[in-house]
Amino acid sequence: MRIYATLIYLFLYCPIAVIAVFSFNAGNDVTRITGFSWRWYGKTLSDPAVLAALHLSFTVAITVALIATFAGTMAALGLQGMNGRLRSAVETLVKSAVILPGVVIGITSLTALSTLFGWINPALSHLFRPGQAPELALGTLSLIAAHALFCMALVTLIVRASLASLGPSLTEASFDLNAAPFATFRQITLPLIFPATIAGFLLSFTFSFDDFAIANFVTGKQTTLPIYLYAAIRSGLTPEVNAIATMVLLTTFVLVATALILMQRSLKRLGR
Amino acid sequence: MKHSWSTWLLLTPFALWFAVLLLVPLCVILVSSFAGTATGGGALPAFTLAQYASLPVRLIVFRTTITLAVLATALSLIIAYPLAYFIAMQARTRWRAPLLTLLVLPFGTSILIRTYAWTYLFGNHGIPALLNGPGWGIVRLINTPFAVLVGMLCGYLPLMVLPICLCLRRVDKQVLEAAADLGAPAWRRFQQVTLPLSFPGIATGCMLIFVRLLGEYLIPAMLGGDKVASIGNVLVATILQSGNRALGAAVFAALALILLTTGALYLWLMRRRFAASDDAVPP
Repeated sequence: MRIYATLIYLFLYCPIAVIAVFSFNAGNDVTRITGFSWRWYGKTLSDPAVLAALHLSFTVAITVALIATFAGTMAALGLQGMNGRLRSAVETLVKSAVILPGVVIGITSLTALSTLFGWINPALSHLFRPGQAPELALGTLSLIAAHALFCMALVTLIVRASLASLGPSLTEASFDLNAAPFATFRQITLPLIFPATIAGFLLSFTFSFDDFAIANFVTGKQTTLPIYLYAAIRSGLTPEVNAIATMVLLTTFVLVATALILMQRSLKRLGR
Repeated sequence: MKHSWSTWLLLTPFALWFAVLLLVPLCVILVSSFAGTATGGGALPAFTLAQYASLPVRLIVFRTTITLAVLATALSLIIAYPLAYFIAMQARTRWRAPLLTLLVLPFGTSILIRTYAWTYLFGNHGIPALLNGPGWGIVRLINTPFAVLVGMLCGYLPLMVLPICLCLRRVDKQVLEAAADLGAPAWRRFQQVTLPLSFPGIATGCMLIFVRLLGEYLIPAMLGGDKVASIGNVLVATILQSGNRALGAAVFAALALILLTTGALYLWLMRRRFAASDDAVPP
């Protein structure tokens, strides 16, 4: 049994290991290891196209994570106040947003946003002098909007689980002591769900930073890091791709591991 | 205080986002899938089933996608169950959390990069070259359904292990002890107690993976090339590249229908299951 488990873990980690090993390859040949070197990292980090994509991905991911953390935590608190059938209906909707494949959110967001832009742009062109009207188009904002939908639902689920394990007794005690609802929230609920909120923030950032499936539909002419990587892979294997991929993997590993540990801690502490 | 205004206010941002970016466009697409195709590639206001009539030509795409998704779901269940059993029932308590973390960790990283790694391994300089070394002949791995299947398994296996594991954790050890006291051998205890109790986990895992795989387009595109068709890639091609919105809408509507049916089936199964267990256990 232990051997079986080890084999599966090896299977899950071998792609990651392969990329990491080849990223330190010295030669130009991407298929043969000829020596150890950092040169592809240096080359990658001085490539303006990579840096621009990295900058865009980072901006989008941070904004998405902030929006999703606030809106998701709010939604989780709102769910807390609901009861019975209505709550389980809303929870099903939240879960469906997380479960659905990226292609669905990508296409529905694309449809919604291009329709909205089709309405807003003519209106804007009436408001401004000819040639000066700003034109809304797919890009940074549509990326943020589409990613935020998935991430909001994700944060809602994580914070909701933390709230559920908290139980009503602490807030009830606080109300019995005549604390105002907001004071109860700030002094009792928020500190207890805070680790889950941070975990949601980190996972939202990682999702948005890594996402290709949704971004491919709504990105317009902008190039995020995953879209840059995909194009680079399509045009042929290059050692630079391995270096970028390894850096991305390392960053997401740290973020996801932190998020998971925070989640386990918060559930363990609350779930007695 | 039944559903006070603050409850609704707290839910507003999510509800708004959900309605504008998912629910409303989903309905709009379902309606527009009945529209005609304009000469420029846009949609004509009309009611026709022309787009749906062209779907049977694409039947092969649906068949390939669904077959691969079913196959990958079944395989991942077979592979994941023993691992979930090991983590939940056999591993030491202090190892459980690290094992689960290690399981989810690769799942949290970019699917693009992990799939890209498989193009390396399956490419002509990867595993085929290793096999060719001892003279076993040249095997083609990249751009085959097999490569896509492996990519899918590697990409989504944790989605199956996790729910089963969580479900097995809730199995009451005393029930198993009772079965042992009554003389049931290990295999029978598993078959008649553990397995039925882990059914909700199995159902959840299968639903999660199946739904994800139906819409997956990165893995078939990278590991299957143009040899393995997928609904997702047809959607990318019709909506993003050729701009044929009406046809894309019909394909998308068909996909949405399959997804909704899967979801409804899952909810029905779970509800029936819970109703049954409520009857069995008196409060």
